[in-house]
Order: sequence, then C-alpha cells, then structure tokens
Amino acid sequence: MQPLIKVETLVKRYAGRNLAGRRQEVIALDGVSFEVFAGTTVAVVGESGSGKSTLALCLACLEEPTSGSIWFEGIDILQGAERARREIRPQMQLIFQDPAYSLNPRWRAIEILTEPLILQGRISREEMKERAYSLLGRVGLSREIAERLPGELSGGQRQRLAIARALALEPKVLVLDEALSALDCSVQAQIANFLMELQRALGMTYVFITHDLGMAAHLADEIVVMNAGRIVEQGRVEEVLREPRKEITRRLVTAVPRMTHAPVAPIGQ
Amino acid sequence: MTSILEVRDLHVMYRGREGEQRAALAGVSFDLGAGEVLGVLGESGSGKSTLATALVRLLPANGRISRGVVLFEEKDLLEAAPEELRGIRGGRISLIFQEPSLALHPTMRAGQQIYQVLAAHGTAGKSVLREKTRQILGMVFPEEAERIARSFPHELSGGQRQRVLIAQAVACGPSVILADEPTASLDPTTQMEMLGVFRTLREKLGLAMIFITHNPALLAGFADRVLVLYGGRVVELGPAADVLREPRHPYTKALFQCVPAGLTGSGNGRKARLPAIAGEASVSDLPLKGCAYEPSCAERMEVCREREPTLLGVNERHTVSCFKYEK
Repeated sequence: MQPLIKVETLVKRYAGRNLAGRRQEVIALDGVSFEVFAGTTVAVVGESGSGKSTLALCLACLEEPTSGSIWFEGIDILQGAERARREIRPQMQLIFQDPAYSLNPRWRAIEILTEPLILQGRISREEMKERAYSLLGRVGLSREIAERLPGELSGGQRQRLAIARALALEPKVLVLDEALSALDCSVQAQIANFLMELQRALGMTYVFITHDLGMAAHLADEIVVMNAGRIVEQGRVEEVLREPRKEITRRLVTAVPRMTHAPVAPIGQ
Repeated sequence: MTSILEVRDLHVMYRGREGEQRAALAGVSFDLGAGEVLGVLGESGSGKSTLATALVRLLPANGRISRGVVLFEEKDLLEAAPEELRGIRGGRISLIFQEPSLALHPTMRAGQQIYQVLAAHGTAGKSVLREKTRQILGMVFPEEAERIARSFPHELSGGQRQRVLIAQAVACGPSVILADEPTASLDPTTQMEMLGVFRTLREKLGLAMIFITHNPALLAGFADRVLVLYGGRVVELGPAADVLREPRHPYTKALFQCVPAGLTGSGNGRKARLPAIAGEASVSDLPLKGCAYEPSCAERMEVCREREPTLLGVNERHTVSCFKYEK
C-alpha cells in the first residue's frame, strides 16, 4: 500500500547569529524520514526544541524545507509548481496549540468558518453559510456560537472552532501541533474523543505532535520520537513505548506524570 | 501541625461588562501547615487562579473579596494596610506564575533580576546582596550558577527561566510560595526537573507551598495534601496519597478518569472513548440551588438538587462535599 504522506530526508536549517554576531546555522530538522498511511494516526513526540513544530510547518507547506522531499499521494509537493501546491495545501490542515492566537479575535465564528470557503471560491454565499452551520454541528458546537467572537468562547469551544475551520475544506490530513496541550484534562478528553469519532467516520489521517506521551499512546498507531532534529526511534506505538530502545525515549516515558508516581527526588544529589 | 496560613470562608466576586456580579469563589476554607505542599486541583473557571491572587490581594480591578479571612502569621491579610502588604508580598509570601518569559525583564541579566528583588526588600550593602544573589542562584542551579547569572532571559531555556523566577521568589526567604501552574508551559522532562527544584527548596528552606495545577498526576509524589476546587468551592480535601489513589467526590473521580492510561496499561484501552465530563466548571453556568456538580454528576441523587452539600469528614484528615458520605 502506498503511504498517503512520505517524508524523505527532510532538512531545515535556519540562519541565525550567535551572541558575538557571527553567523551560525540552526539545524531544526536533520534528515527526517517517515511515512503516514491513510486513516491512521502518527504521533511525533520529543522535548522542546527537538524540531517537532518545524516538521509541522513543513508538512503544512508553511515553511520551505532546505532539502529533502515530502510526497503527498505520490506527488512531490516541493518539486511541483505553485499551482500544484495550491491543490494540495487545503488537504493538509494545521491546528495550533492555543486557538486564542490562531483565530482572528475580531471575527465572529461564522466569518472564521466561511473565510477558507471564500478563498477557495466556487460556492455561493448561501451555500457557504449552510456549510459553516453544518461544520459547527460536526464539531459539537451549537448554532448560537456562530455569532460569537473567539474571546466569548471557552478554551474547548475555541479549539473546536479551530478544528471546524480546518475541516471546512475537507482535508485528508490534520496536523495537530500540541492541539490539546493548553486544555483542561476533561476538555482534552472531549476533543480526543471527537478526533477519534471523526477518524472513524471520515477516515481522517492525523499527524499528532505532542509532548504528552500518555495522549500519544492513547490516540496513535505509530510513533516517531525526535531529538535535536533527528528521529531517534519509530515504530508501532505500543512496542516503542513498552520497550523503548533509546535513552531519550526512556527518559520521555519515565517523565510522564502518573497518578502513582514515586516521590520526586530533590535536585543536585 | 501548626498552620502558617488560614483561609476562612473566602468569597470573591467579579464585576462583568454590564455591571453584573459573578461569584468566582464561594466560601473556600483551608489551612496550610508550615513546610507543607498543598496541591490545588481545578479546571478552567474553577477559581484556582482567583484563589492565588485573592490571598495576596492582587485581584484584577473588577474583582472584589466580598467576605472571608486570610490569616497569615496571625494577621488578617484582608485587613492589612497597603504598606504592610507590599512588605509581605515577595518578602514573606511569593508568587510564581505560568509564563516565565513574560515575568522576566528581557534586557536584564538573570543575576541582576534576583539582586533587585533583594535590594527592594532589604537594606543590606551591595556586597552582601551580591553574595546572597550568588547563594540563591547556586541553590536552584547547582552546576552552572555563574553562567546563568550573566545570561539574559532569551539565552536561557524555558526550564532555566522558570528556575530564575523560582530563585526570585525564594530570594527574601519567604515562608509561603503561591505557584499558579508553574510548570504548565514546560515539557514533561523539564516539569519533573522543576518539581525536583521545589522539593530541594522545601527541604533546605522549609517553605510551605500552594501548588495550583490542572494536572492531577503532577501532584503524585510531590504534594502532601490535595484540595480539589469545582465551581469556586472546595469539593474534596485530603492527604495526596489518599485523594489520588481513592478519590471520593464524583467530580474528582471523573477528573482522574479523563487522563488516558495508555502508558500504564490499566484503565481505558487504546483508542477507546475517554470518559469526559459534561458541562463546565465555571460558577456562572452552574445551578443556583443544590450541588454545583449535580448537572454533570454520574451519581446524583434527589437531595443534590435541593440543597448544597457541606464538607463532611470521611476520616480525620479527608473531607468531601457530597451527600453520598452523609451518615
């Protein structure tokens, strides 16, 4: 079976300067390769600064990689013309950690939902409105929400709205960059349930980027463990997390807060 | 155990945009023992951040403490004069907030930022202050205190910045620290590191601490007691080991079940539906009569809609506000 997404030796370097003002390159991604099959969830985990978010931006065509390739349904999206990319971009939607910053605070929910439809054109105003309402229903928000501003919604409602907007263009893939991290436990559970339902109903594919290994273990089929821009370990989620082979993975697994945690040790001893 | 902080029947109201009054805390009472770590668990809207700011009277302009007593070292902070309060905040009671990059001065070296806290609260000479700064930094950075002292906030990682904030908070030798989600923006490895730092400080300085979080698992192996807030009320309070292992209040139970147990292998299976809690924890959406959690409660009874439950003792140290435990 052909993977839906295939990432091959992806490299992203940023030009930076060190304190002395000398040029210094930051290597955010250092030869990353993995595959994502349709209808599955791949979790990408790692500590802060491991390159997870850069990977998300590259997948969503919001950052141009320095080298390497990203294949979507057998097409190399980095090689093709801008026109080809425009066809592919709506099929991979990105959802960020804090919807408070990714939704326009001065737009009502209905405007937020119709904007992607307007940009893509093709359907009438009336149809757009109908589509927006059905999107609200799809993510479990009531029609009254349509007239509200993001600031008048709770964190969970805002994240649902962000997901509804991402679904407006009927994407095949959602790239979720710490999409649950800012939410309360009970709201995380609600959104996680909703993502799983959506996957069952529409065969959605998820790239789930997180530092929450517990949630990754719950939602994902495959897991990719990153450190310093490289993949250190990947495979079936239950295998990798039950018997981590690399030190970094072990460290991530033991750092997961558990209800039955042993006493926390003081530092420097 | 002697209490260092006693909170009695604390009520806080916020004024809305149209002048309407909204309750955020509706009668919160608890004690904090000297050297104790009290974990406060609550979700958005439960009133947990209001609690931290109300204790030292730093509520936003539209917030008001309408009733209650906050006894600190036998003085009611709610009656204290502004002058007196200023000395207590940062001196005897310190606060630590969630976002370390917003709380530090961006163009001032880390060491200097600690020095200034000391200078603001003391009258000692420069060399004494400098020596103290070095000591405090050495406590939270056992290895590279010198380098950190010379660094600017942007040269530090999130965890290091949080440690600088902690150093600021303990600089004047407070007896209580109020920490509001101090690890929420950090990744799990750094989170555990930070809990280790707090643990060290508690052992070295005998600090008492109110540790506010929405993540129950962070309190395991760290807090001595856990207080659970829902709708501005205390619904459960008891020893951390008991509350975390065997929660009594239906809300606490539901909250713990929301956390996926995929890693530990117990509880809900992979990709299974997670038990979520319907409704929200903010006071404004709650019923006016009866138990605040009643609409979402899986174990509700007739009486829950009729009157509000009071805190009942399950045993000497563990109290729950639920009719199920009424005898």
